[in-house]
Amino acid sequence: MNLPLWAMVTAMLTTATPLVFGALGELVTERAGVLNLGIEGTMYAGAFVGVLVAGSSGSVWIGLLAALVTGVLAGLFVGVFTVTLGVNQHVAGIGTTLLLIASCNFASRLLYGGGSVPQVPKFSQLLPDVPVASQYLLTYLAFLIVAPAMFVLLRSTGFGLRVRAVGDNPEAADAAGISVARTRYAALGLGGMLMAAGGAFITLAMLGTFTLNITNGRGWVCIALVIFARWRVIPAVLGGLLFAAVDALQLQLVITPQFAGIPQQLMSALPYLVVIGALVVAGRSLRYPGAYLKPYRRT
Amino acid sequence: MRLRLVLRGREPRWLVVLLIAIAVVIVFAVTAGPIRLAGANPRAAYQRYLITPLTSFTSFTEVLLASTPLLFTGLAVAIAFRAGYWNIGGEGQFLAGATGAVATGFAFPGLPAALAIPAGLLGGVVAGMLWGVVPAWLRATWGIDEVVTTLLLNPVALLGVQALVTGPWRNSQTGFAVSDSLAPGYALPTVIPDSSVHLGFPLAVLLAALIWIVMSRTVTGLRVRAVGLSPDAAAFSGIGVRKVHFGAALISAGIAGLGGAVQVLGVTHQLTPQVSDSYGYTGIVVATLGGLSALGVLLVGLLLGNITVGAQNASLALQLPPQMGQIISSSLLLAVVGMLVFRRYRIVRAPRDTAHQGGAE
Amino acid sequence: MNDPVQPAPGPGGPVSGGPGSGGQGSGSEPIAPLIELVGIRKSFGDLVVNDGVDLAVDHGQVHALLGENGAGKTTLMRILYGLTRFDDGAIRVDGAPVRIASPADAIAAGIGMVTQHFSLVGTMTVAENVMLSGVGLGRVDRAGAVAAVTAAADRLGVAIDPGARIDRLSVGEQQRVEIVKALARECRLLILDEPTAVLVPQDVEALFGAIRRLTADGLGVLFISHKLGEVSRISDRVSVLRRGRIAGSVPAAGIEPRALAEMMVGRPTVGVRRTDRPAPLTAARDGSADGVGAEVEADLVAARGVDVGTAAGPDAAGERPAGTAAPQRLRPPALRLRELGLSGGTARGRDLLTDLNLVVQPGEIVGMAGVSGNGQSELVQLLSGLRRPSRGTVEVNGIDVTGASPQRMIAAGLGRITEDRHASVVPGLTVEQNLVLEDAATFRRGPFLDSGAVRRHASALIERFNIKAAPTDPIGALSGGNMQKVLLARALAREPVALVASQPTRGLDVGAAEFVHTQLLQRRAAGGGLLLVSEDLDELLALSDRIVVIYAGRIVGDLTIEQADPRTLGLLMTGQRLDEGEVA
Repeated sequence: MNLPLWAMVTAMLTTATPLVFGALGELVTERAGVLNLGIEGTMYAGAFVGVLVAGSSGSVWIGLLAALVTGVLAGLFVGVFTVTLGVNQHVAGIGTTLLLIASCNFASRLLYGGGSVPQVPKFSQLLPDVPVASQYLLTYLAFLIVAPAMFVLLRSTGFGLRVRAVGDNPEAADAAGISVARTRYAALGLGGMLMAAGGAFITLAMLGTFTLNITNGRGWVCIALVIFARWRVIPAVLGGLLFAAVDALQLQLVITPQFAGIPQQLMSALPYLVVIGALVVAGRSLRYPGAYLKPYRRT
Repeated sequence: MRLRLVLRGREPRWLVVLLIAIAVVIVFAVTAGPIRLAGANPRAAYQRYLITPLTSFTSFTEVLLASTPLLFTGLAVAIAFRAGYWNIGGEGQFLAGATGAVATGFAFPGLPAALAIPAGLLGGVVAGMLWGVVPAWLRATWGIDEVVTTLLLNPVALLGVQALVTGPWRNSQTGFAVSDSLAPGYALPTVIPDSSVHLGFPLAVLLAALIWIVMSRTVTGLRVRAVGLSPDAAAFSGIGVRKVHFGAALISAGIAGLGGAVQVLGVTHQLTPQVSDSYGYTGIVVATLGGLSALGVLLVGLLLGNITVGAQNASLALQLPPQMGQIISSSLLLAVVGMLVFRRYRIVRAPRDTAHQGGAE
Repeated sequence: MNDPVQPAPGPGGPVSGGPGSGGQGSGSEPIAPLIELVGIRKSFGDLVVNDGVDLAVDHGQVHALLGENGAGKTTLMRILYGLTRFDDGAIRVDGAPVRIASPADAIAAGIGMVTQHFSLVGTMTVAENVMLSGVGLGRVDRAGAVAAVTAAADRLGVAIDPGARIDRLSVGEQQRVEIVKALARECRLLILDEPTAVLVPQDVEALFGAIRRLTADGLGVLFISHKLGEVSRISDRVSVLRRGRIAGSVPAAGIEPRALAEMMVGRPTVGVRRTDRPAPLTAARDGSADGVGAEVEADLVAARGVDVGTAAGPDAAGERPAGTAAPQRLRPPALRLRELGLSGGTARGRDLLTDLNLVVQPGEIVGMAGVSGNGQSELVQLLSGLRRPSRGTVEVNGIDVTGASPQRMIAAGLGRITEDRHASVVPGLTVEQNLVLEDAATFRRGPFLDSGAVRRHASALIERFNIKAAPTDPIGALSGGNMQKVLLARALAREPVALVASQPTRGLDVGAAEFVHTQLLQRRAAGGGLLLVSEDLDELLALSDRIVVIYAGRIVGDLTIEQADPRTLGLLMTGQRLDEGEVA
């Protein structure tokens, strides 16, 4: 069996990009103590709004910007329930995901009818002829700018200190004069923006169009990656690469004669199973952020 | 002026009713815009969603039919959540149950109905449990977060169904990506003449009654509630928390699988990738809105069934995309859980200018 | 009854600086107090917690605020620090009214606070915790924070590693970090909320030394406590809070402890003490190092003395000579631990419990003293069946229950009262459901729960234990004292041979604590063996027949009640070895 290694690495980096965006987005909200199960819907909305606005404005950049704004709003929306009202975070997140996906599908049906969404302007690859380096700008951004920036942000900035404090011991943060609610909203907004960037990458870079069920559980994968990474930036990026590597491998195996008997869908399920396996290996005896799932209210 | 939330001294009884009414008004208000955008009159649309399905016998039976899978997934989620086990994998377990029922039907095609139906349903229960046992076991042995594992298995289940119907179970006549139909012995009998309401509906109601009795009247129910409310205290009192979690997870997955089997034997009679219309996820809406009680699930399941039928109706009559039904149910979920916070908290105005009071965050 | 005490000064009235502050500031007499609370009022629902409180602290003054649990001290402090919003009143700093709506406002006004529950983020370092208040959004100044920590530690007279992670520090070290945090923010008033509650006697000395250094610089200290002894030693002025009002305010010099004690509790006698031995507490305290403190504390205890001879039963009191355990030979020990060990699951590699040998005979109370975090919680979890020991055996009434489930432990005759009440009851269930939770299977009729039997059982216990609640009330709505009574009722209803009680009176008001103590003594009189785990030395000395001391997971001392005195216990609790002469 002869695998085209360089092509696989190239594909892997592309596949990993939305996961890196999404996982980093979830990571910052969870470090602030909020589990955002709205991630699947936020990525979905980013993917849809990106296409919608890129198509109507004719500019992929405006489409991306619109997706980012949508993500921020989705994060703040989750904040209304989890931060201000303090309802159960599982319910608020799932409800948000269902609402966002249904809304996008509703709008898609309304605008494009039952048919397929037309092609819209999309990003093109930089350095198209160089193996591995022929990637979209957003991929470079994810690995070379966003991930290091998130690392520095959480470690060495006042904002990061605040996020970690409200996620681990909100009472202490409050006593230090830090607004728990404002910090959590900020983390949710930032996280939502990154999630939506991940969704928009799928449509505006990889496909150039929108189809139903486009995120296909990638948001759930991101949540698994954050736990797998124990809420640390670098392992989360590596986890995204692991998922993408398995995905690239299965795509190769599908077209390899020895594996021709195995249905392609079963191979597609492989990365999900590998992530569950990775959780089993790395997800034991975890120390969750101290205020994980807990709303904060002053007495 | 800013607002903040303050704990209420006591909770008046009428408050819940008022809060839910406000939540409903909020849902009307926020959905009116999109409905108008789609070129329909909101009032007419809600007439379709809520009233029209109840005005004719045929459409009422359609409501019962549409609510049937939601009752199963709603009960499944309610049991798990009650025990404090966050099974969000109802979707995958439903699909697994549908697959299990079809597999049973293919394995024993010649069974008479008296045996075929229990066998098919059992096949669904077992398949649902098999799909749910891995997360439950991982949680019980290594404490791995079941939210993530159950969620991740949902797309895997869908991919599995797709693999089956495009592979070994591809339709032998049409070549489409759906399985062959099951033998006639596997069809659930209808229970209301001149309708497609099948045995699955009374089965769901019976199951709800059984669960209600177990949860409210038995020692087991008391233990499950204790575990869900406070696992530490339950463990201290000698209740095996892991066992309760594991048991609730299996029963929950089994009920979701039963729902999948019922849908196959009662409605589709074959395996299709569309056998679940997000029933597993909607089950979370049903269970939560129903207050995790079996009777609540029954009521909310019927309501959402009503809205589903209304949405199909409005889609034909008003050209309103049927996804509006899901928008309504999910925004109703958020509005109700959001409003119910005010059962325990009240809003207080905190004027900015006084020296001693701070603002809401 | 307030005769020996001056009335509280009115808002505008003269508040003299304490005599202890005379050393500094004699040249520049402060015109207005450093901080002044005027008519502070706060209620939660129907409950009025602060009812028009006036209080003033001067520059360089240690002002003690005394009061029982529930008197409103903590609420008042949270108000002053902006953590709780008040309904009415005003706060003044240097005579000028200030708005304190959040901790940020309090910090800006020069107020720092150290509570019993530290406001520290465990996963961050000392320097990061210090940086946290007032941190901006951009890049943090790590070097500056390190310098600030070092400078504040110097001022305090201690050494602190700015790079150490908080969750790896001891309780005493964490408290120092809290003070450093306040100093780094240049606070002028330091609120210390029961700072000694978590400290061993030796750490208390260090803390008092630090307080003296700081007040010499002109810092004002508001020292909250319910311990008269330490208050009289460290403070310049004492104010007493009772039921949300200032019951009196006096200079610390020439203090009348007994009168203060009465003022604090609002009646002449409270508390429980055993009559079957002649005042061991007072005798022990006479020999202790610090005369004044011990005397005052002993006075408070004396003021609280109450005869429980009748409660304990004439048989028990008459049969047994004072202070000695008289095991009934024919019966097996109520509780026996043999070579009990528990390995630490963490990276520390240290065992949590090592070679624990302990025998509790029927009719005996064995006290277990120790600074929190030395293995007591683990031992109680182990005896509750929530953890399995790594080595050794546990016997209850002669039955081996090593590693058994909670159910089997209960069946063997073990009763448990743990320190965390909220982890022992299910708040969402009713009182009656909680009362039968441990043995719900015995209230079964067919497959169903026998609701009539449950109700009868609950009503009987509610009456016997004087629980102020209906059987169908949700237990989460009960006060701490009533909740503890429910737990006590649940444990004692089965007449356990052995009872493990951990911090049974923590956070309870005097009346409820008294009730708990009486019940524990009754259980002893009825032949039960009790292991009383407590951080309250007064409680241990008042109730126990023997006291063992746990340190770093080992039992490091086993003293008869005559041998036990606070200084000896304090030395053992901090892991010091005793010379032969010291225990005598």
